[in-house]
Amino acid sequence: MADSLGTSPDEVQFRFRDDEPVDHAAVTVDSVLEQTNATAVRIEPGDDARLLLPFLDRLALVEVNFPAFGDGRGYSAARILREAGYTGELRAVGAVLIDQLSHMRRCGFDSFAPDQRLDEEDAARAFATWENVYQRAADARRTIADKRHEA
Amino acid sequence: MYRYDQYDQAMVDARVAEFRDQARRRLEGKLTEDQFKPLRLMNGLYLQLHAYMLRVAIPYGTLDARQLEMLADIADKYDRGYGHFTTRQNIQYNWIKLDDCADALADLATVEMHAIQTSGNCIRNISADHFAGAAADEVVDPRPYAELMRQWSSFHPEFTYLPRKFKIAVIASEKDRAAMRLHDIGVRIVRNAAGEIGAEFYAGGGMGRTPMIAPLIRDFVPIDQFITYAEACLRVYNRYGRRDNKYKARIKILVHELGAEEYIRQVEEEFAHLLSVGVEPPREELARITEYFAPPAFVDGPKTVDRSDPDFALWVDRNTHRHKHDAYVSAVISLKPAGGIPGDATSGQMRVVARLAREYSFDELRVMHTQNLLLPHVAIRDLPAVWQALDEAGLGSPNKDTIEDIIACPGLDYCSLANARSIPLAQRISERFAATGRTEVVGELKLKISGCINACGHHHAGHIGILGVDKKGKENFQLSLGGSEAEDVSLAKITGPGFDEDGVIAAVETVTDVYLAARTDGERFLDTYRRIGMEPFKEALYG
Repeated sequence: MADSLGTSPDEVQFRFRDDEPVDHAAVTVDSVLEQTNATAVRIEPGDDARLLLPFLDRLALVEVNFPAFGDGRGYSAARILREAGYTGELRAVGAVLIDQLSHMRRCGFDSFAPDQRLDEEDAARAFATWENVYQRAADARRTIADKRHEA
Repeated sequence: MYRYDQYDQAMVDARVAEFRDQARRRLEGKLTEDQFKPLRLMNGLYLQLHAYMLRVAIPYGTLDARQLEMLADIADKYDRGYGHFTTRQNIQYNWIKLDDCADALADLATVEMHAIQTSGNCIRNISADHFAGAAADEVVDPRPYAELMRQWSSFHPEFTYLPRKFKIAVIASEKDRAAMRLHDIGVRIVRNAAGEIGAEFYAGGGMGRTPMIAPLIRDFVPIDQFITYAEACLRVYNRYGRRDNKYKARIKILVHELGAEEYIRQVEEEFAHLLSVGVEPPREELARITEYFAPPAFVDGPKTVDRSDPDFALWVDRNTHRHKHDAYVSAVISLKPAGGIPGDATSGQMRVVARLAREYSFDELRVMHTQNLLLPHVAIRDLPAVWQALDEAGLGSPNKDTIEDIIACPGLDYCSLANARSIPLAQRISERFAATGRTEVVGELKLKISGCINACGHHHAGHIGILGVDKKGKENFQLSLGGSEAEDVSLAKITGPGFDEDGVIAAVETVTDVYLAARTDGERFLDTYRRIGMEPFKEALYG
């Protein structure tokens, strides 16, 4: 049983969704491919997020684990899921630090369960760091270039 | 040249504020040194042997006089009155205090400059052909494309924790003056048969401990898909580049291990997907940027100049480069005085160069990857005045592309990674060749020195390369021959056992002896080496 896998709602420190958080264990990517009823999954850095694309409809929670803050594969995983139309909760878990929050948000994460609780004030400042952005990403914000050339 | 609008300025200002906040949290103990390290690195702040080093970005090597004057002011205010220009067209200060760093960054921001992404495992400052906008042989000015990439790569949310650092160079001519194929991604802007602008992409080049020449991965990316294609290249690398071993984490290893064909296949798949997502900036953005790089108002004038002073004539022959307008040249300002430290300039010298740029080069100057400065647009009639001012400031060495024009890393005098000192070796070699008059006899000969295997001194790409290693606690220098960073790119091969400092200087003289004895008319050292091979050199060195 993989019931110890994943974070529970009370470990989530920041959440940018109005729906009720999913409250049951996540399974591994491999298990999702076999278990037709799983609604929560946990992606590890080496997992191919694209394997989940056929199952997005039934997933309500995807956790992306960051065992080390310097391993940036999870940022690509998040964008790939959002680009494929995933609208459920996308939770960054593990070594999630203040200075990564704004980039993670841009990549489509909408909830955060850092393994060490972050200072609320520092985090609020970090989420608001970039008033404008250069790139198109998963958050659909209008970019600086879009604003420069709006009709 | 490019000017920030309110958005660009706000981004840089936000970054300064963010860094101040990070430094505060570090001091309050909310960040461990391990957590702070990648953050300070992404703001260009390294911890070196003796002090912090601050690396300031000079995007595609382009500066105006006001900016160079600020670099001079920073050298005086926060450092020891000088700076070091690097092979990535940046400048480094070697004696910065951590407490001063945010203030220095704030000063830089007042002249549209920063130290963003000059280090760390992210997309680094974009480099370009230093003759961009001036070279007679360019298809277009490559800098607008580099600026488009600068904006895309700055604070990229997905690519801030790559497996390893990522360097991109952009050129737009057949000649390669930016070591383009020795970059993680090299871009050549080209025009196709239909007259449309596009980009040739190379990926997986690099130096370091495993030097590789980047293979061509696409011969034409339509320019309105330029950023999308780059994003695809980076995403494949971010997902599949190795993270188990930092020495195998560069994209060159991924491309090598997958094979270029498989890497290309994955990039094309990702590219097709990203085209459907729509990540390309609006077309008008490139047009907006390009306007900033409109050529200055060149005026007709004399095409020749009085060459009666032989010193002046030599400098003109050596240090000027053909310009697209025939009444102008580009003038290379050597930061390689015989016996000097390659790439170093004092604040006083920076101010002289700034004044000359303002008076004689439409307020524009460049940093070259060869660690020299450049006035891109000098009217031929102004050359005597420019040369005289440079000469008086100790900046008039007529040695571009000669054996005195040495690329050298900071080495063990500054760097915490180095095994050997590069600077004293460069100083002694340039001094020796200048004193014996051999520099001129030998002609074009690119000598590059690295103080350790990381190859910041580009020794793999030197016609002659020298690598400093540690051999049982003693500095030892390996000699290699036959490298080139240019359009005839090749990697140098080691001659054999290494030498001590005196020995390697003698060895450099020995290989130039072999060259002088064997060369045919018009052959450079590199050409002779390629024709006769390694054996005659080995024979003379170890025989």
